Amino acid sequence: MMSVTMTIVSLFYLVSAICYVIGLHMMRTPKSARNGNRLSAVGMFLAVIMTFVVAIEKSEASLIGWILLVVALVIGVGYGAAKARTVKMTDMPQLVSLFNAVGGGAAAAIGAFDYLSQPNGKMLSLAFSIPVILDLIIGSVTFSGSLIATGKLAGKISGKPISFPGAKLLNGLVVLVIIGAIAMTVGFATSVSTLLIAIIASLVFGILMTIPIGGADMPVVVSLLNAFTGLAVAMAGFVIDNQVLIIAGALVGAAGTILTLQMAAAMNRSVANIIAGGFGTGDSGA
Amino acid sequence: MSQQLFTNLAIFVLSLLVGFEVISKIPATLHTPMMSGANAIHGVVVVGSILIALEAQTPLFYVIAFIAVLLGAINVAGGYVVTDRMLTMFSKPKTPKNSEKGGDDK
Repeated sequence: MMSVTMTIVSLFYLVSAICYVIGLHMMRTPKSARNGNRLSAVGMFLAVIMTFVVAIEKSEASLIGWILLVVALVIGVGYGAAKARTVKMTDMPQLVSLFNAVGGGAAAAIGAFDYLSQPNGKMLSLAFSIPVILDLIIGSVTFSGSLIATGKLAGKISGKPISFPGAKLLNGLVVLVIIGAIAMTVGFATSVSTLLIAIIASLVFGILMTIPIGGADMPVVVSLLNAFTGLAVAMAGFVIDNQVLIIAGALVGAAGTILTLQMAAAMNRSVANIIAGGFGTGDSGA
Repeated sequence: MSQQLFTNLAIFVLSLLVGFEVISKIPATLHTPMMSGANAIHGVVVVGSILIALEAQTPLFYVIAFIAVLLGAINVAGGYVVTDRMLTMFSKPKTPKNSEKGGDDK
């Protein structure tokens, strides 16, 4: 049986999930879009408040833990909101990409935290190993990939497709390392080196995936990475067994995919063409 | 497969289906705000960050949890505020009754 507090918290989590779905739905039309976003924000506020209720109810945290939590929250909210409020309208796409990057980073950090919480040398159950490695990989790929996208949109990295000799070979190698890291996580006991290899290879892959893509195609890539982050967050939800993360993450993963397809279609391109274009066929737009 | 895992998996799959269905064709002008709005929703990751932060007991875990909360908080707060600002473009002052549809996109 759930305790009374947990029952109430779960019900409010459900309400916040409903807010995201209806909010996203309202964002399809210009008239209701702003209210849709606000409804979704209300749902998010509820979820955060409820999480604090859980935290206080469990109250197993140390004083340092609480202090660090509050400090990180205050700095993060302050920085994010200040940046969002002051940015020029024309600079918004790169800011969204930056927010996407940090979201992926947070999901990967949750994965790393729970992986390291396991005793070293323990065999993981499939129910844990699969979501945790996917969380780490997808989160790290979106983190570095979105940072590159931010740099390209901001003009800090050349908007031209950047390619170099041996790029394909390097890509292939990195993918092999990532597959190896998945196999190590699923089939073997936990080790810090597996974790580090998975993170580093994924960070490199995120860079390699984004850097050859031209600036004109960047919005589609940001949208694709946005959908990736959604999936990483859903995987983090499996890892820590939290359903609001699973619901919101899967929602964004799926909605983001549809949006990516529509954005590519609006540019008369296909997503595969844009990503593959980056990998050396050399026909990236403009 | 445990009961809990099955429940989570069912929720995951159904949420994916809802995500596919909830957006139908949208006007091109709303692509960026929609992306930004979805970006803010995955800021829910901050909930997970808060939960792990309270389990941390050693310096290494304090550092990881601090990073997780910091990044998640930037995502969620910045995401909603920037989306709201983008959408101010769409909240027009009251116009006289307009019976024609589709006057919104260019």
